[in-house]
Amino acid sequence: MLTRSEVLAVRQASVSLSGHPILKDIDFALNAGEFCGLIGANGSGKTTLLRTVLGFVMPTSGSVTMEAGGRASIGYVPQKFILDPYMPMRARDLVALGLDGNRLGVPLPSRGRRRKVDEMLEAVEATPFADQRIGSLSGGQQQRVLIAHALIRRPRLLLLDEPLANLDIRSVAGIVALLRRVSRELQTTVLLSAHDMNPLLSVMDRIVYLAHGRAATGAIDAVVRTEVLSRLYGYHIDVVRVHGRVLVVAAEGEGDAQTAIQRDPVHVAQVP
Amino acid sequence: MTTLLSLVVAPGFFASEPVRTAAVIGGAAAIVSGVVGVFTVIRGQSFAGHALADVSSAGGAGAFLLGINPLSGFLLMGVLAATSMELVRVDRPSERDLVTGIVTGAGLGVAALLLYLNVTTSSTTGAAVTIMFGSMFTISASIVPLAIAVGLAALSAMGVLYRPLLLSSLDPNLAAVQGVPVRLIGLLHLIVVALAVALSAITVGAILSTALLIGPAAIALNLAKRPSVAIFLAAVIGVAATWGGILLAYDSYEWTGGHGWPVSFCIVALIFAAYVVVAEIRLGSRRQPEPGLKPRPREGRATTAG
Repeated sequence: MLTRSEVLAVRQASVSLSGHPILKDIDFALNAGEFCGLIGANGSGKTTLLRTVLGFVMPTSGSVTMEAGGRASIGYVPQKFILDPYMPMRARDLVALGLDGNRLGVPLPSRGRRRKVDEMLEAVEATPFADQRIGSLSGGQQQRVLIAHALIRRPRLLLLDEPLANLDIRSVAGIVALLRRVSRELQTTVLLSAHDMNPLLSVMDRIVYLAHGRAATGAIDAVVRTEVLSRLYGYHIDVVRVHGRVLVVAAEGEGDAQTAIQRDPVHVAQVP
Repeated sequence: MTTLLSLVVAPGFFASEPVRTAAVIGGAAAIVSGVVGVFTVIRGQSFAGHALADVSSAGGAGAFLLGINPLSGFLLMGVLAATSMELVRVDRPSERDLVTGIVTGAGLGVAALLLYLNVTTSSTTGAAVTIMFGSMFTISASIVPLAIAVGLAALSAMGVLYRPLLLSSLDPNLAAVQGVPVRLIGLLHLIVVALAVALSAITVGAILSTALLIGPAAIALNLAKRPSVAIFLAAVIGVAATWGGILLAYDSYEWTGGHGWPVSFCIVALIFAAYVVVAEIRLGSRRQPEPGLKPRPREGRATTAG
């Protein structure tokens, strides 16, 4: 069940993949226009959770409820999108496929279609490279084009799987600012997965922090706290704030804390 | 003008019935292969395309043995192989390669048996060469209507599948989110590949049909930056190579004292030469740094340190 303002509700959802439990009792809901970060180390279940919301994976128990429209009202930016440099496709062709790529037949040139594509390219500041092959664009430019592809049908919910991975710091800041702006302008709810929460601290309304298949959810200040994350990880975790950045550090010798840190290279990399 | 033309075109070229049939069927095969080939290459299914050709050769050999139209044999086996290859559920890309390899091996094995039976029962030693490497000047004109019908069916199917196929070639997840039935589209594409391969098989032969499927598409992908242009170019390049090859083969009767070179060889040689030239030009242009592709200064480090 969704309340009036909710776009997505994940209720007590558990997911197993080929018999292995991946997610356990995940519970959160997103309101219209909210910006939510799905934060966790590699292997914590972020992609599985996104695939569950997309309906590619069915929860073994619990429920995932989307606002009317279901998958059709989700815009999706996949992870590790590999754009072959030989792919004969310009940025604007990819964005146009977002509009009507599921329709049969050859697209006929239409002024309305072209205008919609131009507007979307402008909205993500991709106009300067709209006529270049997508494979020749930088990582940040490709992300902008993919975001335009996902947004052109004006979805209620935008899912992005690690859109900031492998981008240089300037591009990360640009993409985050872009997402914040379009989510406000279009009233789109954003659910974005990342292994580092720091670039998102100023824009997240809500955080879903995943560790070992379980999640702590809520406002950042309520979740990113020593006692909450320690309970989630199952051993003592220190949340340290340095120069406006958050570091999540496991105490030395704590259970499998050492391995947790090693599996989570970004948190280690945060240490100056 | 007439003298210049007669230098390039040996006498009797345009009046010859076998040349006309070869030009029509070869042209149709080249157009279909070019259009379908662009998708085959961007989907990374070149091996699957070749596998279909190999398996369909068993159908061609069977048709020869029964004395029926070889095109129907190629079509039947090709479509069967495409369906079975696509219906086997695979979890990893390497598994798909493996299934393709197994099916190819089995198909070629059956082809070997049927071709052997052809030799022993009717002592038509030419069957193996015709099926594997083509024999364009011996195509019966009666095949033309069926070939044109198959070609039109394949092109219409590509027109209908165009957008969902493009999207699922780009990324299956992206397509699935937009409601594209990715597996069904993949199956239909492979069936259309089988149609293209069957058409090529009766012209340049089953084995060499890969050259017509992949070559023009690969050249076009080096030149075009939008899908519609790549498809158009691939079709034009395929037709040019096919007609050029027919001309070259016809002319070769003059230089070789009446033996002539096979058309298939001439077509494939032209495609290969064109690919080498285009790839070399593109490689050359990449060696020079393009003005738009200068590496951006990385400012990230400086800001974090400060």
